[in-house]
Amino acid sequence: MPRGRLIYVPFWATYVFLYTPIIVLVVMSFNAGKSPYVYEGFSLKWYAELAGDDTVRNGLVNTLIVAAGATVLSTVLGTLLAVGMARHSRSRLLDALGLLPAVLPDLVVGLGLLVFYATIKMTLGLHSVILAHTVFGMAFVAAVVRTRLTHADTSLEEASRDLGASPLATFTRITLPTLAPGIAAGALLAFTLSLDEFVIAFFTAAPTEPTLPIVIYSMVRFGVTPEINALATILLAVSFTVIIVAQRMTRLTETLT
Amino acid sequence: MAGPSTGRPSRRSRALRPLAARLVFLGPGLGFLIVFLLVPLALMMSYTIFRRGRFGGVVYEATAENFGRLFDPLYFDIVLSSVRTAAVTTLIALLVGYPTAYVIARLPRRWKTIALIAVVLPFWTNFLIRVYAWVILLSGPGLVNETLTGVGLIDKPIQFLYNEGTIVTGLLYSYLPLMILPLYAAIERLDPQLREASANLGARPARTFASVTLPLTVPGVLTGCVFVFVPCLGNFVIPEILGGGRSIMAGNLIRDQFLKARDWPFGSTLALAVIAVLIVLLFLQAWASRAYGGTEGRRA
Repeated sequence: MPRGRLIYVPFWATYVFLYTPIIVLVVMSFNAGKSPYVYEGFSLKWYAELAGDDTVRNGLVNTLIVAAGATVLSTVLGTLLAVGMARHSRSRLLDALGLLPAVLPDLVVGLGLLVFYATIKMTLGLHSVILAHTVFGMAFVAAVVRTRLTHADTSLEEASRDLGASPLATFTRITLPTLAPGIAAGALLAFTLSLDEFVIAFFTAAPTEPTLPIVIYSMVRFGVTPEINALATILLAVSFTVIIVAQRMTRLTETLT
Repeated sequence: MAGPSTGRPSRRSRALRPLAARLVFLGPGLGFLIVFLLVPLALMMSYTIFRRGRFGGVVYEATAENFGRLFDPLYFDIVLSSVRTAAVTTLIALLVGYPTAYVIARLPRRWKTIALIAVVLPFWTNFLIRVYAWVILLSGPGLVNETLTGVGLIDKPIQFLYNEGTIVTGLLYSYLPLMILPLYAAIERLDPQLREASANLGARPARTFASVTLPLTVPGVLTGCVFVFVPCLGNFVIPEILGGGRSIMAGNLIRDQFLKARDWPFGSTLALAVIAVLIVLLFLQAWASRAYGGTEGRRA
């Protein structure tokens, strides 16, 4: 790459591009005026409006139930899978299968599940979204935990096995405590992912029990209102906090690259 | 918890242990993925050879007509134009993402982490909200028009929204981080000595970039391109919200086959086409990684 300052132009442009919309959104959420475009002074009235919106509140409750359920399932299944893949298997096919949910377009995953649920005649509801979100949540937990596993010192596990401990005892007494920060970070990621996931939920939720992103989708399609800005700001704050906490707990950036 | 093996393990339990451990650790996750990912995909794939019933539903008579319909101009044109939109988005992402990733990889360690997190953060926030933010920015009275009229570049607001350019902007905004991360990983892994050697042998920076850096990062470039191109094809929200529903993409077509036309067999066939594109691209990527990244692979 040629030397000089020219290379910093796309670098800074990227960050301006990524953050301008977010900043505008946040600023506009505190707008006193009715327009979502023109700033007319500071006010919290859109947050008050949001707090009184039943549709939003129901959506939020549904989303929290789904995210909690999917996180528990993803964390248990993903952690076991990561340990299994790193310590008890050398199968490339298995590695590929573990990555599949992250590589496949969400549209394909969502439609596949829609067809599957219809075929086995399962009624849709929050449970069907929980199961759907576990498919990709588990993949992310497994990826984060595996990164931690490859960095972990294996000598303790070997010592435990040499001293005659069963794989299960080695797992619960040695592996699990070492992995705890990775598991917690993976759980946080699964939680935020589920919280914000729209496409798969769109195909697997019952129309009577929409999650918050589905509620947002119908709001956005209906038109632009400052209330959405307030909701967006809150969701941004939650996601940002969780990601930064997850990064502090584990080498998230390493997992992602 | 420790089970029978806390004492002196018998020969038999030693032999059984690896299998039991595999079952305990791999069984639940694998079982879940098979039931909720592989079976649904297989089911969807099997629908591609059936026909839609008169009132929706599926008639279980084998037919190849769904595959023929893929080439019906009505659908094929939409698929072609969304391939074009996805390709344009991928190209722009690469042109912006490469220098960005390059600068990040050369930053001091502390700033590197911050810069990477800053790239990932927007990606991890609500997708709909990120798309919606552009409606605010690009609309008639929005910030972009305000700024342009403010500095006197234009007299009256431009209609930015609802065309292919806005769709590309939205797609780029959504998937640019997926380009930057693999590029960063590829550039970061480069041995700085290679570039130094090239410079010592008298190559100018541009030459070093063209004959050393770029060829060695081709696998990263291709990974990034696959990561951006494929979700662009499958997206149906951005064309709807930023495209005003006028220009639809493959993702909209597939969704509508399932939810509006109730033609699951044809919808499945279109989804299979997207998966086929994904598989071809992944194979190309793996092939090119082996062709270009050979030296790196041996070193690792």
